[in-house]
Amino acid sequence: MTPILEVRDVKKYFPSGSSRLLQRPTGQVKAVDGVSLSLQKGKTLGVVGESGCGKSTLARILTRLIEPSSGSILLDGEDVTRLSGSDLRRMRRDIQIIFQDPYSSLNPRHSVGEIIATPLRIQKTVAKSEQAGRVKELMHLVGLNPEHFNRYPHEFSGGQRQRVGIARSLALNPKVIVADEPVSALDVSIQSQILNLMQELQTKLQVAFVFIAHDLSVVRHIADDVAVMYLGKIVELGPARTVYGHPTHPYTKALMSAVPVANPVSGRKIGRIVLTGDVPSPIDPPSGCRFRTRCWKAQDICASNEPELLDRGDGRVSACHFPELEA
Amino acid sequence: MLIFIARRLLFALALLFAVSAFTYVIFAALPSDPAALTCGKNCRPEVIAMNRVRLGYDKPIVVQYGQYLKGIVKGRTYGASEGVHCPAPSLGYSFRKHQCVTDLITRSLPVTASVALGAFVLWMLIGIGLGTMAALKRGRWPDRLATGFSVVGISLPTFFVGLLAIMVFVIWTGLLPFPRYEGITSNPAKWFMSLILPWFTLAIVSASSYVRLTRNGILEVMNEEFVRLGLAKGLRRRTLIVKYVMRAALLPIVTIAGLDFAALLGGAVITESVFNLPGMGKLSIMAVNDSDLPILVATTLVAAVFIVIANAFVDILYGFLDPRVRSY
Amino acid sequence: MTNATPLLSVRDLHVSFKTNDGIVKAVDGVSFDVANGQTMGIVGESGSGKSVMVSAIMRLNFGTDVIVSGQILLNGIDLLALPESEMRQVRGRDIAMIFQDPLSALNPFYTVGYQIAEAYLVHHPKTPKAQVEAIVLNALDKVGIPDARKRIKSYPHEFSGGMRQRIVIAMALINKPKLLIADEPTTALDVTVQAQILELIDSLREENNSAVMLITHDLGVVAETIQQVMVMYAGRTAEYAAVQDLFDTPSHPYTQGLLRAVRSFDQSTRGSLVSISGTPPSLINLPEACAFRPRCSHEKGPLSACATQRPELRTIGASQSACHLSADEVSRVQREAFSK
Repeated sequence: MTPILEVRDVKKYFPSGSSRLLQRPTGQVKAVDGVSLSLQKGKTLGVVGESGCGKSTLARILTRLIEPSSGSILLDGEDVTRLSGSDLRRMRRDIQIIFQDPYSSLNPRHSVGEIIATPLRIQKTVAKSEQAGRVKELMHLVGLNPEHFNRYPHEFSGGQRQRVGIARSLALNPKVIVADEPVSALDVSIQSQILNLMQELQTKLQVAFVFIAHDLSVVRHIADDVAVMYLGKIVELGPARTVYGHPTHPYTKALMSAVPVANPVSGRKIGRIVLTGDVPSPIDPPSGCRFRTRCWKAQDICASNEPELLDRGDGRVSACHFPELEA
Repeated sequence: MLIFIARRLLFALALLFAVSAFTYVIFAALPSDPAALTCGKNCRPEVIAMNRVRLGYDKPIVVQYGQYLKGIVKGRTYGASEGVHCPAPSLGYSFRKHQCVTDLITRSLPVTASVALGAFVLWMLIGIGLGTMAALKRGRWPDRLATGFSVVGISLPTFFVGLLAIMVFVIWTGLLPFPRYEGITSNPAKWFMSLILPWFTLAIVSASSYVRLTRNGILEVMNEEFVRLGLAKGLRRRTLIVKYVMRAALLPIVTIAGLDFAALLGGAVITESVFNLPGMGKLSIMAVNDSDLPILVATTLVAAVFIVIANAFVDILYGFLDPRVRSY
Repeated sequence: MTNATPLLSVRDLHVSFKTNDGIVKAVDGVSFDVANGQTMGIVGESGSGKSVMVSAIMRLNFGTDVIVSGQILLNGIDLLALPESEMRQVRGRDIAMIFQDPLSALNPFYTVGYQIAEAYLVHHPKTPKAQVEAIVLNALDKVGIPDARKRIKSYPHEFSGGMRQRIVIAMALINKPKLLIADEPTTALDVTVQAQILELIDSLREENNSAVMLITHDLGVVAETIQQVMVMYAGRTAEYAAVQDLFDTPSHPYTQGLLRAVRSFDQSTRGSLVSISGTPPSLINLPEACAFRPRCSHEKGPLSACATQRPELRTIGASQSACHLSADEVSRVQREAFSK
C-alpha cells in the first residue's frame, strides 16, 4: 500500500554565524539531517525529541512552510518537494498543520467563524453560501458550540482555542495533519480532552497525523509508530508498542525514564536514568554518534563512527553501536 | 566586535554609493532640461546649448555621475576657459545663484545643525523625562498629564506651534526678540536667543511620540521576568528602574532617536521657514521654487548621507549596549 | 510536622485584582504552613492562583490595583505588615526565588557573574571584591557549572537552558535563604534535564537545611521530592495532604480526576485517556459555591449544597479537603478507584 506521506532522506541546513567581513555564513545548523519516514492512511506517527532535535523544522518541511535543502516528500505517491504556485496551494488542501500555542496562532481580530472559514475562502472548495454551514459543522465536530462562531479567540479558554485550531485544520478534509506539540501549552486535565478528540476524529475521518511532542508519554496513546529524534537525526523508529515495550537506543530509554511518574513510591529514583548535561548545540554536534557525549555506554568507536539505523526486529530500527537488545 | 564595526562601516560606504547614484539618476530623469534652467526666461538656444556642454549635460548619465563624483573628490571647474572653479568637495554649481553649491551648504548646515542639536537635546529630555514619569506613576495624574501632552503634541502641526510661540512670546508679551539668526561665533548670546523658540517648537512636536515610546517601553520591561527576579533579589526599586528597566527600555529608542536626528540635519523645513532661519530646509525650498537642480541634488544627497551615517552609528552603538547583538 | 513553629505560615490569604469586567479573586482564602527544612508542593493548573500567591508572598507586584489581605508569617513576622525597606531585606536573603523560564529571568545586559555578585552584595554591602568573587565561583561550582572562572564573564544567552537554570539557582542560594520558592522550575526545560534540576534543588536544600516551596502543574514533579502538597483550584485550596496520602487516597474529586488523567498517560495501552470535562471557571465574580462543581463527575453529586455553599477545608480520611461529599462516600470512591 502506498503510504499517504513519505519522507525520503530529508535534510535542512540553516546558515549560521557570520563573523567574516562580508557576512558569508561560517557554519551550518544541521537542523534536520537525513530523515526518512512513512505514514499510512488514517494512522498516527509520533515524532519525539527535545529542544534542538529538529522536530519543529521537520513539521515545517512536511507542510512546506519551508523547503528542505535536499531529499523529497511524497504525498499520496506524488512528489511535492518542489511544488510552487497553484500546485503548492492545491497540495496544501491535503496537508494541514496544528500549532503548539493556541494563544498566538489565532488572529485575535478575527472571530473564530472567520478563522475556521479562512481555508475554505482561500481554496474555494466550498461555495460561499455553504461556508457558514460548513463552519458550524466543523465546530460541532470538534466539540465547540456552533452558536459561538461570532466570538473572538480571547473569549475561549486554551483548550477551546486548540479545538478552533483543529477545526481550521480539518476544514479542507486533509489527508494528513501535522500537529506540532498540540497539547504542550495546555493544562493536564485539558490535554487528555484534546488527545481523545484527535483520536475520535481520526477514526471518523480517516485522517493521518504526524504528532510532534517533546516527551514520550503524550504520544504513547495516540501513535501507531514512533520516531525518536536527537540533534537532527532519527535514533529509533518503529511500532509504538515495540519501542515503548523495549527501547533499544539508550536515548529512548533515558527519555522514557525521565518523565516523572505521578506515584511517589514507584517514581522516586527507581531505575531512573539521569542524563548528565544538556543537549549539545546543533551548530557543532559531536562527532560520530551525536548522543555519545551524554551516553553512559559510549566507547571510542562512538566518537569515530556514526552508527547507522539498523533493523532490530519487529519492524523497528535504531542507530546505536551498543543497542539494548533483549537478553 | 571590531569585525562587527568594520563590516557595518563597509556596508555604510556601499550604501552611500548606491544612494548617491540613485539620487543622481532620479534627478537626471526629471523631464526638465537642466541646461535650460541655467539661464533666464528669454534664453537663446545657443546659450542653452553652450551651457549644456559647459556643464557636461550633453554626456551620458554615467559619465555625468562620474564627473560629479570626481568633483566631490578633486573639485571641478564648470565651463571651459573662463569657467568657475569650485574646490573639492564640489557638489555642483548653481547658475541661479552663481555660487558653488558646497559654499551654499556650508553656510546653511551650521544653522540647521544648531537648530537640530538644541531641539534634539530638549526633546530627548522632555520625551524621556515625561515618558518615564508617566510610566512610574501609571494611571495617576502625572501619567494623564504626560499622555495628554503627547496627544496634543502629536496632533499639532509644527507651523501652528511655531506661529503660536511667536504670537505669545514675541508679539504679545515681548519676552523674546523676533528670532533673527546670528552665527554662534559672531555672537553666542544672540545665537542662543534666536534659537530658543525654534528649539522649543521642534522639541514639543517631536517629544510627543517619545513620551509614548518611553512610557510603553518602560511599562513593557517592568513586566519582564528579569525585573521581577531583580526585585526578588532584594534590589532597591530605584536601582532596578535605572539599571534594569531604563537600560532595556531605552535601547529601541536609541535607534529611532538616531534616525530622527539625522533626518533633522537634512533640514527642518517647516521650522526654518516659520522662524526665517537660513538652514538646509530653507535652501531646499528655495531650490525647489527656482528649479535649481544642482542644489536639490546636493541637499538630498547630504540628507541621505546623514541618514546612512546615523544608521551605521546606531547599529554600532547597539552592539555596545546589547551583548546579544555583539555575539553575532 | 505541625508541632514546631512553622517557618512560613500563610493565613487566609486573599489576592484580588480590579479589572474592567469585575473583581478577579486570584487567591481566595488560602492557608498553609511550611516547616523548616521541609519541601512543600503547590499544585495547580493555569488560573489556579499559585503564581499570584508566590508574588504576594514576596510582595513582588504590588500596584494600586492589587488588593491583598490575610497574614503571611515568616518566623512569626507578618510580611504584609512590613514597610517596604524591611521587606527588601527579606527578599533574596530570607526568601529567594527560582523562576520558570531562566532565559527571561536573567538580565540579558549583564554577565552572569555580575548578576550573582549583585544578589550577594545587596545583602552584604562593602564586601571586598576578591571575597565576592570567591563566593560567586563557589556558588557556580556547587550548582555544577564547569569552568566557572571563565564562565562568570559570559552573558545569559551564551548558556544552554539547563545551565541557565543552574545559574538562577546559584543566585537564589547565594545568601543561604531559609525558604526557597521554586515557581515551575523545570517547566521550560527539556525532559532529560528536569530530573537533574530537581535533584540539584533537593540536594542543596538538604545541604543548607532550608525549606523549599515547589510550585508546579505537574503531579509527576510533586511525586519526586515533596513531602506535603496543597492542590489549588480556582484560587482556593482543594486538598491539602502528605504526598503519599494524596497519591494513595486522594479525597477531592478534582485531585482524583487529575490523578486518573495523569495515570492514564502512563498506562501502556492505546486507547481513550481519562480527562476532566469542561474548562476551569473564570475567576471574575466567582459565586460563593464549589468552584469545581461544573466539572465534577462524581456520580452522587453535585449535591445541592455544592451550588449554594462554598465547601470549607475539613479532614476527610488522611487529607484535608474542600468538598461537600461525605467521608463515607469519598472513601468508597478511593477504595474502588485508587486501591492498589
